[in-house]
Amino acid sequence: MTPVETDVVVVGGGGAGCSTAWHLALRNTRVVLLERGLVGGQASGVNYGGVRQQGRDPAELPISARSREIWQKLKSLIGTEAEYVVSGHLKLARNDEEAKDLERYLEVAAGYGLELRYLPEKELKQEFPWLGPKVVAGSYCATDGAANPRLLAPAIARAARDAGADIRQQAEVVDIAHDGDTFTVATKEAVFRAPVLVNTAGYWGGAIAERFGEPAPISSFSPNMAVTEPIPYFIVPNLGVVGGDIYLRQIDRGNVIFGGGRGFGDPERVRSRPSALRTMESFALALELVPQLKGVEVIRSWTGIDGDMPDHIPVVGPSSTTKGLFHAFGFSGHGFQLGPGIGAIMSELVLDGKTPTPIEPLSIGRFAG
Amino acid sequence: MTAAVAIIGAGPAGVRAAEVLVRAGVRPRVFDEGLAAGGRIYQRPPGAFKRSAKELYGLEAAKAERVHNIFAKLEKYLDYRPQTLVWDIAGKTLFTLTGGTAYGTETFEQIIIAPGAVDRVMPLPGWTLPGVTTLGGAQIALKTQGVAIGEKVALVGSGPLLWLLAHQYVQAGAPLAALVDTTSFAAKARASAAMMAGDAATTLKGVYYTATLRLKRIPIHEGAVPVAIRGEERPRELLIKDGKGRDVTIACDAVALGWGLKPETRLADIAGVPFDYDEVQQNWIPVREMSGKTAVQGVYLAGDGARIGGADMAELAGARAAWAVLGERGAFVDEDEVNRLERALKKEAAYRDVLDKLFPFPSEILAGLPEETVLCRCEGVSIAGLKRTCAADAVAMTPLEVNRAKAFTRVGMGRCQGRMCGHTASEILARELKCGVREAGRLRAQPPVKPVPLVPVTTEALT
Repeated sequence: MTPVETDVVVVGGGGAGCSTAWHLALRNTRVVLLERGLVGGQASGVNYGGVRQQGRDPAELPISARSREIWQKLKSLIGTEAEYVVSGHLKLARNDEEAKDLERYLEVAAGYGLELRYLPEKELKQEFPWLGPKVVAGSYCATDGAANPRLLAPAIARAARDAGADIRQQAEVVDIAHDGDTFTVATKEAVFRAPVLVNTAGYWGGAIAERFGEPAPISSFSPNMAVTEPIPYFIVPNLGVVGGDIYLRQIDRGNVIFGGGRGFGDPERVRSRPSALRTMESFALALELVPQLKGVEVIRSWTGIDGDMPDHIPVVGPSSTTKGLFHAFGFSGHGFQLGPGIGAIMSELVLDGKTPTPIEPLSIGRFAG
Repeated sequence: MTAAVAIIGAGPAGVRAAEVLVRAGVRPRVFDEGLAAGGRIYQRPPGAFKRSAKELYGLEAAKAERVHNIFAKLEKYLDYRPQTLVWDIAGKTLFTLTGGTAYGTETFEQIIIAPGAVDRVMPLPGWTLPGVTTLGGAQIALKTQGVAIGEKVALVGSGPLLWLLAHQYVQAGAPLAALVDTTSFAAKARASAAMMAGDAATTLKGVYYTATLRLKRIPIHEGAVPVAIRGEERPRELLIKDGKGRDVTIACDAVALGWGLKPETRLADIAGVPFDYDEVQQNWIPVREMSGKTAVQGVYLAGDGARIGGADMAELAGARAAWAVLGERGAFVDEDEVNRLERALKKEAAYRDVLDKLFPFPSEILAGLPEETVLCRCEGVSIAGLKRTCAADAVAMTPLEVNRAKAFTRVGMGRCQGRMCGHTASEILARELKCGVREAGRLRAQPPVKPVPLVPVTTEALT
């Protein structure tokens, strides 16, 4: 096999990988993206679809803000906004303890310029009268929203391809070697050689890091989600709770999408399945938030495979062991909003050696030693 | 008490499976979506609404009564769960919904999945109007409630059910506007010799149904192509091209459609049974041995849910699967009986083959439908909508198959989860991508098997 010479090989075609290929191609870089299955097939494609900054770890907020700028321009950039709506995100407290948690986060957000509006019970119920009696407070972020995860990664991949990126689906990487200067990446059908390798392989990104002597303690995570039949549209904001055991949103065509907890994932066989028990637990939790959903019929449940880090924030940045290797994986169940911004940041790291977006807290070095 | 063996469905397959198990001293747990055993084919009217078996099942009355009677005798030796949907299966655990509100879980060691069939339909312009249903749906309405779906009903499709239902309508005194068969008379005449040789009794039943309809001067169009159903609130007329290619307008107020049946396979799919495309039946079917055994340990399939074979074959397959279960459990297996069942199954299968070849799914009619025809009625996706995805976006991002098309267009993503449109979506995709239906793929099932209500569930009680 004659190797394909290129500038950058990106492994993993989720939102982060597709966006990286796209941003690199926009800057006239030769880039090959290798995706084992179909782009957006795992965590990027089958997640809940929340597009929010509220509630994020401070370490993620700068990337999230950067990503939001791209989300806002998505339609003009890639021809579709993947059903992105800025419908607001309402994070709810179900007891005083949780309410205090919401209050504490207000200061964190303010420090990053993220505007939130705290709603004590009376105002909250005035504004959202359909909320259940267990809900005692809320924090509202007007600039957050949601999108259709099934559309985003493929749309970015198409934009990347149109900009000149070589997008290869059903191209599982079977071997990666590095001779100090050049990476040699083999699939069953072809071999690629490049001075730069970007690891956006989700849960499987952990194995790539380990291959280069910097093991990351990643575990697989399969968020458990379900959707109802369509009913009249009334739940406008995307709903979350302190602790995250339930999240829920309605799309304007009427379906209510909700999730919480974990399904079952088998990363070795790339198979996952939802947990019926957890789906039923979510019923009760969802009804606490919106009691009038009682009796609405659930038509489908699903999950996928994501990578979870022990501190629930991703690994983003250059390798600590290998020149030319960059990581962006382990998004711990909330990477969908970050994907577009991650691509911009990775392209800067690769081409400029630095990025204006602070990413130090996400370095893989935090797991060393 | 442990119920080591679970049976899904109490139609002919489930009942016969239960019979074999009970006789061997096993107490099976039978989950049935129906109010009473019999399945769809031998479904009984509810409660006080009494009609004779002859009125309900016509020429099949004796078989229906036999299946009902067998189950009545078995009932105290098994654990019968009527009105119970098994909506998910994980390993050896079943998730149930009883009476539409009560959630539960059950475990099993072996399971015989025999959930029967669903109508195989094809979209038509106007098929989403109220008053348009399936042949099977129209038959259930007649059987259980004694009602016709309209006052001037047009029946459209092909296959034995089309003619049987027409016969039943006529017997019940319900007016028929027309019978529109997409298979030609000539094709049926050519196949008749082989059918007589295969199963004379069944074939003669078909001849009898046809003759009574002709006697009653029901308008019959064979080799016809349905063009559109027109109307505002409900159907007003059905447009067809008749066997000679002439435009014919049929005044009607209801339409029933159906081109044979397809297996109800969602539970088998979720259980992890592998699938294959059956070129003869033009259906995706779960792979199983003649005994009903599948690649998933402890999971057995029987009846139309495994492959369309009709009620007689379902009785045989149900009994056969029960013997296979007994074999796995190390119980005594009557090899003579197993051999008898297998011989009968082979004979039935040969006859079925002739029938299936006679009534193929009319892919060419599907291919000729106007682009704006609604393909997925739950999500309102048109044929053009599906094709646009193939053309504009996805082909260059190959490989596209039906699950990917679902992700992009929502086809098969609604309330019925592709039960109605999944196979036609694959057919259209195959034509568009110039590949076989096998390559276009099948919609993978995700739980729940059917919609389940969002109600507070105390899950501690379930584990």
